[in-house]
Amino acid sequence: MSAIPLTPHVSDTEHPWHLPYRGRVGMYCLIIGESAIFVIFVVAYIFYIGKSLYGPTPQQVLEVPILNSIALLSSSVTIWLAERALEHKKMKPFMLFWAVTIFLGAFFLVGTGIEWYKLIYQDGLTISTNLFGTTFYSLVGLHATHVIFGLFGLSLVLFFALTGRIRDEHAEKIQVLALYWHFVDAIWIVVFTVVYIIGR
Amino acid sequence: MADSTFPNPAAPIHGALDLTPPALGRRTLLEILHSWIVTVDHKKLGLLYVLYGTFFMLVGGAEAIAIRIQLARPNNHFLSPQVYNRFFTMHGTTMVFLVGMTIIFGFGNYLVPLMIGARDMAFPRLNAFSFWVTAFGGLLLYYSFLGGSGLYGVGNAPDVGWFAYAPLTARAFSPGHATDYWAIALIVTGFGTVGTALNIVATAFCMRCKGMTLMRMPLFVWVMVVDSALTLITITPLTAAQIMLLIDRYLGGHFFDTQAGGSALAWIHFFWIFGHPEVYVLVLPAFAIANEVIPTFSRKAIFGYPAMVAASVGIAFVSLGVWAHHMFTVGMTSASNAFFTLSTMIVGIPTGIKIFNWLATMWGGRIRFTTSMLFLIAFVFQFLIAGLTGIMLSVSPWDWQLHNSYFVIAHFHYVLVGAIITAIFGGMYYWFPKATGRMLDETLGKWHFWLFTIGFHVTFDVMHIPGILGMPRSIYTYEANRGWGTLNMIVSIGGIIQGIAVLIFLWNIIVSLRSGKEAGNDPWDAWTLEWATSSPPPDYNFATEPVVGSRRPLWDLKHPEDPDWKYEA
Amino acid sequence: MLRHWLRKTRYGAQAAVLAALGSGVAFASGPQATPSIFAPASTPAAQINSVAYFVLEITGAIFFVVAGLLTYVLIRYRARDTDDNSEPAQIYGSNQVELAWTVIPVLIVVVLFLTTARMIFAIQDAPKPKSALDVTVVGHQFWWEYRYPDLGIVAANELHVPLSSKDSPKPTFLKLLSADVDHSYWVPQLSGKIDLIPNHPNELWIDPLQPGLYYGQCAQFCGVEHAKMLLRVYVDTPEEFAAWVKNQQQPGVQDPSVAAGRRVFETQACMNCHAVRGTAATGRFGPDLTHLMSRDTIASGVAPNTKENLRQWIKDPDSFKPGSLMPAMQLNDEQLDQLTAYLATLK
Repeated sequence: MSAIPLTPHVSDTEHPWHLPYRGRVGMYCLIIGESAIFVIFVVAYIFYIGKSLYGPTPQQVLEVPILNSIALLSSSVTIWLAERALEHKKMKPFMLFWAVTIFLGAFFLVGTGIEWYKLIYQDGLTISTNLFGTTFYSLVGLHATHVIFGLFGLSLVLFFALTGRIRDEHAEKIQVLALYWHFVDAIWIVVFTVVYIIGR
Repeated sequence: MADSTFPNPAAPIHGALDLTPPALGRRTLLEILHSWIVTVDHKKLGLLYVLYGTFFMLVGGAEAIAIRIQLARPNNHFLSPQVYNRFFTMHGTTMVFLVGMTIIFGFGNYLVPLMIGARDMAFPRLNAFSFWVTAFGGLLLYYSFLGGSGLYGVGNAPDVGWFAYAPLTARAFSPGHATDYWAIALIVTGFGTVGTALNIVATAFCMRCKGMTLMRMPLFVWVMVVDSALTLITITPLTAAQIMLLIDRYLGGHFFDTQAGGSALAWIHFFWIFGHPEVYVLVLPAFAIANEVIPTFSRKAIFGYPAMVAASVGIAFVSLGVWAHHMFTVGMTSASNAFFTLSTMIVGIPTGIKIFNWLATMWGGRIRFTTSMLFLIAFVFQFLIAGLTGIMLSVSPWDWQLHNSYFVIAHFHYVLVGAIITAIFGGMYYWFPKATGRMLDETLGKWHFWLFTIGFHVTFDVMHIPGILGMPRSIYTYEANRGWGTLNMIVSIGGIIQGIAVLIFLWNIIVSLRSGKEAGNDPWDAWTLEWATSSPPPDYNFATEPVVGSRRPLWDLKHPEDPDWKYEA
Repeated sequence: MLRHWLRKTRYGAQAAVLAALGSGVAFASGPQATPSIFAPASTPAAQINSVAYFVLEITGAIFFVVAGLLTYVLIRYRARDTDDNSEPAQIYGSNQVELAWTVIPVLIVVVLFLTTARMIFAIQDAPKPKSALDVTVVGHQFWWEYRYPDLGIVAANELHVPLSSKDSPKPTFLKLLSADVDHSYWVPQLSGKIDLIPNHPNELWIDPLQPGLYYGQCAQFCGVEHAKMLLRVYVDTPEEFAAWVKNQQQPGVQDPSVAAGRRVFETQACMNCHAVRGTAATGRFGPDLTHLMSRDTIASGVAPNTKENLRQWIKDPDSFKPGSLMPAMQLNDEQLDQLTAYLATLK
């Protein structure tokens, strides 16, 4: 017997009651909030283009990180392949694509580290050098921090997968994490465009 | 139309109530405290938020009283300038973040799952985490009172205004850690705020009971969802700006460093891109409370439910485009000033529509003047005035005079106290019975209401005048020959009256918790789902999942001859 | 207070009539100790006043209509003891009514906005006549620096401007800069306020129509002594202004009888922060002292400029303005007396 009775207007068989998955809605909310933070840093970056009074300029020291970007953006493809594999209960391909995703993400981070090493030690550009340094390291660093958080989550899932704890009914939850990873990649497209194309 | 699938309307409401006696024996105090600390129950967390916010309302109120004593006479020496500057900074920061945000999200936490017939929020553990992170952030902020210049100089408490304009906040002009406490504590509470906002949105979209389409949700839920969505993109710009500030202060960054070509205006823009939508985040829940209380005590459904939904969404969107009306004096172009004048006037339109809808709800009704309703009537009246002084401030040439004067302080306190706190008091009288099972005393309530309203008007009506007479804000004292002394004294006296009213309210709570009249499930004869379960509700809210067919499920049950679903589109 | 209220009402009524007639400019009030925005003494302040009264009339009308309706509803539709327990007729909404009370506010907004926009452009984009005087204002924590580039004058804390009039306009255009943090220039009777923001020059113009001393103060929180960063604007008649300019243009008075004090000034680090034109003192951190005694007050309006106050200020600035950036120079009594005697000659 129902608590508040069914009215003649609503019946289970005619209108099945289906609501969105809360994990996905929650992740979209997080993405929206994080996007707002990135917007502010991007606006600051764009506003300060060309306004440094001294010190190295983007044209002088920035090299377009093509390989890094390909790695990161491909990781969106590999994670998508991993999600599909899990949906179809193919555990080994799932784990393989998932591990490749992590590798590509780590590759991106290492590449960023190498780029920063060059900028700091060869070009003398630090976060305190000038406006370009401040906005560059803040924006790229904020993104890299999110990559690190993502990699942490992905690694946790890989660990669970390797120890046999993941089954296909976890697919929807895994997709929520993958959504975060796609967000991180989408942000990179924006950052890349603003820093290496528009700003140079 | 009775058939076997349609229950007998004359039968009492079953199923939502759990009639089994409580199985627990008496618990020790430690066990009770422990249950509150580890809880993930939205009702307990909601109450924790409200208790936390109420506690800090007393603290912020004490800061306000100290400010008012200092300003009651010209050239007063009650507070030194350093202490005064810390107090007014902490008063503003406390009231916005530790009182406003906590109480409104406390209400949201408590009521949203109940109103949609759900068992809890979408993410109960995130809910608990959010509360404790917010609580910690507040304590971190207040920890700043220790250390630094010592308790008599009020420690290291932030002293740069709640708006913390750069470059005053740069290391060069704010050495020491006062500004750092401000930035870090608010970044921390920001995490909690984002968590709760996310939770409310996910709960409303994903946890509604059967039959409750989006257009059948109580307006309280609608407005809280809009409010939470707005919060996600409101609080985060502040977090970004505070990170930038900390990078400037500690990593040698130049975001706001004018010597390196940076822009002091950048801070002002970023802060108000947060700051303006933030005041809508604070006021929308007052609308949410009004949308429930006013219909109940007018005995009429809310007038124009779809228009109210549209107006709320409209307000949220437009509020994102008005921020520079806080910046009419920074030297923007005349075209920019004109644009923001227009956008600010436009946001007044859906806001005004809401006032008309509340009036239309009361029109033709049978108005019961309970304490709760009295507060909401005062809310409508005071919000009307606040909105009109807002229109005055939107006229940028006039704002060139009024900006940063006591006229602005009067205006925003009219909104924050006259509308928001007033509506919150009304909401507390309305839902206290549901949360505790006891009614708040109506006599004490009327004393609370009248003293508070009178004190409010003595303070904040009069406060407009010194602003018109040239008194700026953020000053620890003023010259004796300016003619502001008597007015300030009157303003201060009104503050004392409001303080007394709040103490009466606290007394009401204590007395009613002990010996208040038993409330029952539905003391107000209301129509939304929270009144279908016991007072207080069991941990799981509803014994079986409700099924609804209209916006007022309890109205349908009580009036089977004339149910709402016949009239709703 | 009552007199002031009566004056306000009188001005308000007249300004309302003028605004209604579309003339846009109310007549000018004289200077007063209470710097009311409704006692304009300068063209931009009067223009603001006219638009303010117009907006006040409209918002006032809205208030009376809506509050009146609220009062009516509360009385007419209150629950009465004679009611049975039946519910009143449930009305869920009305599209026509919603439309009506959307359209009317839109029209009100259109009217308000067009009036306001016109005034924004009139004040902010007002053309600068050739007769205008240029002054550069630099905001400091917690004092005002004034430079008159065309006249070769550097002053501090007390602004002198020439009287203007309808027939021979002589407005003053202030260029607003800041040496440290944000400040704001607010003299309500003369104009609205504009902020002084480092690295972001701003402009403000006044067109004072009545001579006298006008009060104001910094209106953007700028630190511990923001409250004591007072403004004093002297609107001088043409003769007064010419005399003032002539005096300010002179280098510092060199009076040999106070040479001891001057030596104290030059050796005790005063010249690190202060300037006295014609001497070796060229400090820019603190106010220019060349014509210190031509000012009525010290410490940007905080105390009258007397020998006793000057001595006390130098001995212990915190006793007037705790937290001001002038350090106590730890001078002994003899040095203080000599120094004060020297400064007293800087007329």
